[in-house]
Amino acid sequence: MMSKTGGGGGRPDPGDQQPGDDPAAFSALLEDSTEDLYEHAPCGFLSTLLDGTIAKINATLLDWLGYARDDVVGRKTFSDLLTVGGRLYHETHFGPLLRMQGEVSGIALELKAADGSRLPVLVTSTIKTGGDGQPLLIRTTVFDARDRRAYETELLRARQEAEHEREELKRLNAVLQRTLLPPALVSVPGLEVDAHYHIASTDMVGGDFYDLFPLGAGTWGLFLGDVCGKGAAAAAITSLARYTLRAAAVYDPDPAAVLSNLNTVLNHEYTGEDPRFCTVIFGLLTPDTDQGGFRITLASGGHPPALIVRSDGSADQLPTPGGQLIGALPDAHIATTTVHLTAGDTLLLHTDGLTEAHTASSSDDDRYGDEAFLGFARALAPTTASDAVAAIRDLLDTFGAGVDDDTAVLAVSVPRC
Amino acid sequence: MWRMAVLSRNHVTVTGRADGPVVMLAHGFGCDQNMWRLVVPLLESHFTVVLFDHVGAGRSDLSAWSEERYSSLDGYAEDVLEICHELGLGPVTFVGHSVSAMMGVLAAVREPQAFAGLVLLAPSPCFIDDPATGYRGGFSAEDIDELLGSLDANYLGWSGAMAPVIMGNPERPELGEELTNSFCRTDPDIARVFARVTFLSDNREDLPGVTVPALVAQCSSDAIAPPEVGAFVHARIPGSRLVTLNATGHCPQLAAPEETAAAITEFVEATR
Repeated sequence: MMSKTGGGGGRPDPGDQQPGDDPAAFSALLEDSTEDLYEHAPCGFLSTLLDGTIAKINATLLDWLGYARDDVVGRKTFSDLLTVGGRLYHETHFGPLLRMQGEVSGIALELKAADGSRLPVLVTSTIKTGGDGQPLLIRTTVFDARDRRAYETELLRARQEAEHEREELKRLNAVLQRTLLPPALVSVPGLEVDAHYHIASTDMVGGDFYDLFPLGAGTWGLFLGDVCGKGAAAAAITSLARYTLRAAAVYDPDPAAVLSNLNTVLNHEYTGEDPRFCTVIFGLLTPDTDQGGFRITLASGGHPPALIVRSDGSADQLPTPGGQLIGALPDAHIATTTVHLTAGDTLLLHTDGLTEAHTASSSDDDRYGDEAFLGFARALAPTTASDAVAAIRDLLDTFGAGVDDDTAVLAVSVPRC
Repeated sequence: MWRMAVLSRNHVTVTGRADGPVVMLAHGFGCDQNMWRLVVPLLESHFTVVLFDHVGAGRSDLSAWSEERYSSLDGYAEDVLEICHELGLGPVTFVGHSVSAMMGVLAAVREPQAFAGLVLLAPSPCFIDDPATGYRGGFSAEDIDELLGSLDANYLGWSGAMAPVIMGNPERPELGEELTNSFCRTDPDIARVFARVTFLSDNREDLPGVTVPALVAQCSSDAIAPPEVGAFVHARIPGSRLVTLNATGHCPQLAAPEETAAAITEFVEATR
């Protein structure tokens, strides 16, 4: 670092002179009288008796308010200078706080000027106590807060607008969600059916879906799936998947063919930067005229296995190993399995929102898990579609906020005769 | 279990002489049971003193607040009765400050046997003027709108800063320590609804239904509940007594704790 005077010891530059270098000039500045500072400070000063009667007020504040000193000293209380709303606020919040703490700072109030205009201010008060600790008077500083208040009003307006729009978004989400699910499940002769959709967040539309619908010749199709992602883009895929599955099932009801068609559609529709895929189970239900009950062929593309809960009290997964995500690859491998549902048997389909739920009990990997769910189903067995769905609803309730993804459950059972 | 729920919901605290008459102190709009801290030491030697926070105030359980229950004074009166039942201390002398005076009136009309008496401290059955009947409550509807505006304006002042503490926000531990102003801490949304209930309720018709002994204690100069309002309450409650305290302002329990405690003590002794 170079010093200007270090070079040759030339004449000092007059511009280098600091106020402290001339003691006389500096002390003249310091002698700015404290009385003048009080009167003309860039903020308002006010001293009141404990009952609020104004005992002293500075010229700055009188000027802001347009009052003469004699109008206020000994004649008005601090409260009298406030708007009615401010007065209520002062009585119910400001005053009690001041007595409790001996100080209150940064409270927003509005003062009423002599001409009736309003002056937004920020007020800080302290209680001055005597030598014995008894309160003597209240000292108050008042800052002009017009600019700040305008800014805050704008913030408040923006917040209210944001809240309003969030409500509107929630409403739209709820409506959209309903359009992605069947309003009510159709009734299938000889079968009890039930379903539940658990919404994890009202801020985003989830991507789970299911349906049950008649196909030709007394057969029925059902599906349940989960689109990767959330929000509007996922909702569009959900809608596309649902209609494609129904149309494909009419064209060729073979479950593997149905999912293969869906795979082709999704794979064509969404390529490049915006890959979209889903996991899904499609089932074809055919009444078994010989043995009674239903024969169900399930095809799965990367979806968690369905559970069969038997009338004999057992429960098992229906593995469909090797089934791949639908929409990700041009030719996804689709795995199928066939099961026979007789009286007292229940078939359970679910999405992984249930098994991925966070639980309080396990600390290490705190997800609920497939094994725990299988155990849960074994404890239920034997059951019915509606009992199983009710039990799963209760289970989801016990997880509370631990369910951070939407969850869909679809159950079908053959009633005991 | 349920007993605990009611008592923790309202952060009920019981102090004083276990064998003395029971005095229940109810704070008004704005702060919490700390409003009584100067009066409590003066009452403790004679009485069992019950303190509580209205739901939404102080250390009450904010999760118990619902707009439905607390959009009228009836919900608050219900809370008062539930606390009385849960404590099972027999008839209480209920001291209600400001808006809580009317909660006491509603509770005593509904269940007189729960009360030995009512002390209505700076009460107002209706804050808004009613030109049709000549009633003067002291405020116009516009005034009350302005108060609600004041609450909003201060939302970004201290109450906004307080909200994370009230909510116990675990993601912001730096806000975890007790801040100043906490005794008047209020969730801004709850405060807005409570302000509406406080200043828009009209309980004038409930006053004649009070059958328990009642004392109307008003301040000599009160910007919120002017003297004629106290006189109105006194005239409408059959057999009530009226005292005008020397205290000024709306909070005699802070401004003149001795005088306030003396008025309460005298009334309890006279109604034993």
